[in-house]
Amino acid sequence: MNVEWYVVLSSLVFAIGAMGILIRRSPIVILLCLELMLNAGNLALVAFSRMVGNQQGQVFAIVVMVVAACEVVVGLGLIVAIFRRKLPLDVDELRELRG
Amino acid sequence: MEAVLFFAAALGALGGAVGVVAMRNPLYSVLALIVHLFSLAVLFLLLASAFVAAAQVVVYAGAVMVLYVFVVAYIGGDTESAWEPIPGQRLLAPLLGATLFVELSIAVLGSSLQALDTHGPDVHAGFGDPAGIGKLLLERFLLPFEASSVLLLLAAVGAVVLAARRAEGVDGSSSEHSAPKARSEEVPATPTPTGGPA
Repeated sequence: MNVEWYVVLSSLVFAIGAMGILIRRSPIVILLCLELMLNAGNLALVAFSRMVGNQQGQVFAIVVMVVAACEVVVGLGLIVAIFRRKLPLDVDELRELRG
Repeated sequence: MEAVLFFAAALGALGGAVGVVAMRNPLYSVLALIVHLFSLAVLFLLLASAFVAAAQVVVYAGAVMVLYVFVVAYIGGDTESAWEPIPGQRLLAPLLGATLFVELSIAVLGSSLQALDTHGPDVHAGFGDPAGIGKLLLERFLLPFEASSVLLLLAAVGAVVLAARRAEGVDGSSSEHSAPKARSEEVPATPTPTGGPA
């Protein structure tokens, strides 16, 4: 398969993730959609790495994975903290910075 | 054969992505994301990057998704009641998503990258195997590697501080009755050894 197929698929997944962030209101699902977007970026990185015939893009993809894991840990910690305070898990109601 | 595998994996990836957005129950969204991640691992294998595919399955579909499942089970997967808090949001968001897709596709396919409609150059057998990636990580990209380890440590400490159970005896059972503002000042309390995510 040509590389452009992978790139188009990656942009499609990225667009779906962005749409999900705009539509959904649960913070967990918004985190999941962020994962979708990061994975779309990963797919593009690996596809371009194959296109160039160079492994450095794959190293970038692994670093992106590390960053995504950190984002998940902090985001889920925030969600658990919100839940412990009995605040609504809804981004439309959590619009103030003070708890 | 390769085309069949690509389209099957692409279908799985797209179906998983749509499932993440469309499912009402967060637990089903997590399961759809696992399908998506496995399909992406197949695509990575097709792109001759075995180590990234393995890391995708082990780290992402294994560890990260288990964390999601635990948190969803902890807070209870209550479904969203209504879909449309802002008028027209459900119409505008897919429109913006479609626009973003078209724009990205034009930006990539319209670029004058010569090799974009090729299969890519022929690579040697060890392309993308752990030995090559590890050599790159520990020689050329040593600084990003170390920086990412510091980032992981910071994230772990941050998660423990954020999600730690407040020390018992300080507020104890009265925490349910105190005002949110009063409780918000007790966040920096030292976490108990048992607190925080595993």
